[in-house]
Amino acid sequence: MASGSQSLTFFVLVLPFVAALAAPFLTRALKHNAAWVLALAPAFIFVHFAGLLGTVADGATVSGGYAWIPSLDVRFSWFLDGLSLTFALLISGIGTLIVLYSGGYLKDHPQLGRFFSFILLFMGAMQGLVVSDSFLTLFVFWELTSITSFLLIGFDHRREASRRAAIQALVVTGLGGLSLLAGLLVVWIATGETELSGLLAAGDTMRHSALYLVALVLVLGGAFTKSAQFPFHFWLPNAMEAPTPVSAYLHSATMVKAGVYLVMRLNPAFGGTDAWETVLPVFGGTTLIVGTLLAIRQTDLKLMLAYTTVASLGILVMLTGLGSDKAVEGAVLYLVAHSLFKGTLFMVAGAIDHESGTRDITALGGLRRAMPVTFAAALLAALSMGGLPPFFGFLAKEEIYAALQFQDGWHGLFTLVAILGNALMLVIGFAVALKPFLGPRVATPKEAHEGPPLLWLGPLTLALVGLVSALLSETAHHFVSSPMASAVAGNDIAVHISVIPYISVPLALSVLTVILGIAIYWFLDQARAAMAALLAAIGWGPDRGFDQTIRGLLRASFGVTRIIQSGRMEVYMTVTFIAIALALWAPMTVFGEMPDLPEMPDLPFYEWTVIAIAVIGLGAVVYARDRLTAIVSLGIQGFAVALLFMLLGAPDLSFTQFMVETLSVVILALAMTRLRLHPSDHRPTNEKLLDIAVAGACGAGFGFLILKVTQMPFDDSLSAFFKTYSYVIAHGRNVVNVILVDFRGLDTLGEIAVVMVAGLAILALIRVRVPKPAAGGKEGG
Amino acid sequence: MRTVIFRTSAPYLTSLMVLFSVFVLLRGHNEPGGGFIGGLIAASAFAIYGIACGVSPVRRALYFHPMALSGFGLFLAALSGFASLFFGVPFLTGLWTSPEILGVTVDLSTVLFFDIGVYFVVVGSVTSIALALEERERL
Repeated sequence: MASGSQSLTFFVLVLPFVAALAAPFLTRALKHNAAWVLALAPAFIFVHFAGLLGTVADGATVSGGYAWIPSLDVRFSWFLDGLSLTFALLISGIGTLIVLYSGGYLKDHPQLGRFFSFILLFMGAMQGLVVSDSFLTLFVFWELTSITSFLLIGFDHRREASRRAAIQALVVTGLGGLSLLAGLLVVWIATGETELSGLLAAGDTMRHSALYLVALVLVLGGAFTKSAQFPFHFWLPNAMEAPTPVSAYLHSATMVKAGVYLVMRLNPAFGGTDAWETVLPVFGGTTLIVGTLLAIRQTDLKLMLAYTTVASLGILVMLTGLGSDKAVEGAVLYLVAHSLFKGTLFMVAGAIDHESGTRDITALGGLRRAMPVTFAAALLAALSMGGLPPFFGFLAKEEIYAALQFQDGWHGLFTLVAILGNALMLVIGFAVALKPFLGPRVATPKEAHEGPPLLWLGPLTLALVGLVSALLSETAHHFVSSPMASAVAGNDIAVHISVIPYISVPLALSVLTVILGIAIYWFLDQARAAMAALLAAIGWGPDRGFDQTIRGLLRASFGVTRIIQSGRMEVYMTVTFIAIALALWAPMTVFGEMPDLPEMPDLPFYEWTVIAIAVIGLGAVVYARDRLTAIVSLGIQGFAVALLFMLLGAPDLSFTQFMVETLSVVILALAMTRLRLHPSDHRPTNEKLLDIAVAGACGAGFGFLILKVTQMPFDDSLSAFFKTYSYVIAHGRNVVNVILVDFRGLDTLGEIAVVMVAGLAILALIRVRVPKPAAGGKEGG
Repeated sequence: MRTVIFRTSAPYLTSLMVLFSVFVLLRGHNEPGGGFIGGLIAASAFAIYGIACGVSPVRRALYFHPMALSGFGLFLAALSGFASLFFGVPFLTGLWTSPEILGVTVDLSTVLFFDIGVYFVVVGSVTSIALALEERERL
C-alpha cells in the first residue's frame, strides 16, 4: 500500500476532529450557514471512501497504521473491507446531510457552534470505530462514541429529562464498553491476536478456545448495551431528549449500529457455534417484538421511531446470529435500508416538529399541502420501511424471508417473529409518514409551512438514495452488498436480489406482512389503547429498574460512607496510627525478623548533647501545659534531628529538615489558633492510655525497623551508580538534587502535582464556612 | 507578636530570605540546595512577613495569587519536559547548552527550568496555606 494513500486515510480519520475544533469559530462568523462549510469535511471523507469502493469490491482490503505502544504490540491501525467501508460511507454520507440539516434545525440556537463541534467529534469517533483494526483503537473509539453521545443527549442541559437521559445512556453504554474491553482482553489472551484482521485470519482458534464462552458473554455485553437489545433497550427511547439531528444520526443511523457492527465483524471468528446461534437470535427476536409492541403505544413521532429502531436492531442481531449466507445477506441489506429510511423519517419528524411546533401524532393532520417536499420524503421512506417495491427495504425484507421461510421449527419460530415485527414496523412507518400529512387540517401550535432547503435537503436525498439504489440493485450489490456480506460471513457471497418480484415463498410472506400491517394500521388507536392498558398493568419496566438500581447504589454508598467516615478527627488519627503500628510490627513478629539490640555506641560528647536536646524536647511535648508550648517543643526535637543529619554528613537532608520543621511549627500554631480549641488538653484517662499505647507502638516500631534495616547488608550499587554518573550524565555534583530533577524527574513532576493539589484542597478546607445554626436559617457568612 | 522591632525588621528579613532562597535554588545542582528547599525558605519568608505586617501587604507584594504561582510552577516543570520531544529523546530528558554571555560561560538546561518549576509549586502552595490560615486568625 502506497504511503501517500496511507497518510490520506490517516488525514481522513483526523479530519472530523479538526473540523470539530474549527466549528465554534466558523459558526460565530457565519451563523447557521457554517453548516455549508462544515459539511465539506464529511463530504470529502465520503468521496475518499467512495474512491476505495472499486478496490474493495474486487475482494481486496485496505489497511495501514502506525506503531503506538510497540512494547505491548499495540498499533494505531485501520482495516477496510466491505463491512467497514459500507459503515464508513453511511457515517460520512449521512453525516454530511445531518450537518446541513442541523444548520436548519438549530438555526439561531445560541449554542449551535458547540452542537456542530459535538456532532463532528462523534463522527470522528464513529468513523474510527468502524475502521479500527487494533482492539485498543476499537475500544478507545467505542468509548468516545459513548461520551459524545452523552454530550449530545444532554445538549439541552437545563432540562432535567435531558440530563437524566444522558447519564442513563452513559452508564448503560459505558458499562457495556468496560465489558467489551474485558472481552477483547480475553480474546487477546486466548488467541494472542491484538488486531481484528489477525483474529479473522486465525480461523477456528477462538471457537475452539477454552475461553470462548467468557469472551462471547463479555463482548456481547458491549454489543447488546450499545445496540439497545432487550433488556438494555430503555436508554435509547430516553435518548430522544436530544435534538432531532442527533436522534436521526446517532440513535438510528450510526451509533446504535456499533453493536451490530461488532457482532457482524466478529461473526467469522465467533459465529457458527451453538451458543452464538442461540443467544443472538433469541435476544434479537425478543428485542424485535418488544420494540414494535412498545412503538405501537407511543404518540410522540420520535418515540415511535425510536422503538422501531430498537426493533430493527433486534432484527439485525437475530439475522447475524442465524448465520446462514441468506441471513447475512438479509442483515446487510436491511442495515443499509434501515439507515436510509430511518434517518429520513427522523429528519421528517424533526421538520414537522420544527414547523408545526408539535410532534404528537394525535395533534397533527393535513400537512400535505403545507409541506409537500417533506411529505414526499416521508412517503418514500415509509414505503421502504414497509418493505414495498421498488425500494431498498423491499430487497431487504425479501432476503430476510428467503433466509427464514419455515426451514425447520427453529427458523419457523423466527419467521413468525419477523412477520409480526415487520407488519408492526410497516404500521409505525405509515403512521409517522401518513397521519401528520393526510386527513383534515388540524390546528397546530405554529402555522406550518415548508421549511428552508437545509431542512428538506437531507431527508429527501436519503429517501431518494433508498429508491435509486434499489432500482440500480446490480450496481449497489456489486459495490456494497456483496463485499459487505462476504466480510460478515467470512466467505464470498454474491447478492442477486432485484426489485422485480417473482412468485415464491418469500413473496407470499411479504404479502402476508403487508396485509397484516394494513389491518393493524386500521385499528391503530385501539391497538395503542390496548398496549397502554397492558403496560399499565405490568407497571414495572427496566427504565424504572435503572432508577431503582441507581437509588440503591447511592443509599449503599451513603451507608458505607457513614460507617467509615465518622467525622471525628480522633477516630481517624487513632485508626491510621493503629494501622501503621500493625504494618510495622506484623512482618517483624510473623517472620521472626526482630532486630538484635545494639550495644551502647561510643559517641563524642557533642553528639550526646544533640540527642539530649531531642529527648528534652520530647519530654517538653509530653509535659506541656498548653498546646502551643507542645507544638513549639516538637520543633525543638525536630531541630535536634536536623542537627544530627548535619553532623552525620547529610547537609541537604538537614537543610530541608530545618525548613520543614520551621514551617510545620508555624502552620500548626496558626491552625491551632483557628480551631478555637481549649488551650490545654482534657482527655479522660482511658483515652490517654490508649493514645499512649498507640504512640508507643508506632515509635518503637519505627525504631526497630530502622535498627533492622541498618543491620542488613547494605547494597550500594544504586548510590555507587549515582555517585559515578551524576556529573558525567547529568552535569551536577549534588547527587540528591540530580536525582530529584533529572534521574527521577518524572517522580518529582508527580510529587509537585500532588503538592499543588494538596495545597488547593487545604485552601478549600480552610475556606469552608459552616453555617451557624443560630443564624436562623440564613446562609452563614 | 506584632512588636515594633519585629514589624520594622520583617521586610528586610523577608527580602534577604527571598534573595537567599533564589541563591539556594540556583546553586542546587552542584551544592546543597535546590528548588524544594529554596521554595520552603521563600515560603517561610512570606509567612514571617504576613505574621509581622498582616496578610494584605503580602498579597499586594506577591501581586499574583500564590496558587497561581503554584500552577505556573507545575506548568513550567511540565513544559521543560516537553522540550526533549523536539530532539527525539524521551520526555523529561535533561538538555544542556553553555552559551557565553558577556564573556562568562553560563550553563543553561531544561533541568534548571524544571527546578524553578518545583520552587514555584512549593512557594505557591505553602504560602497560600499559611496566608489563608493567618487571614482567618483575625476574623
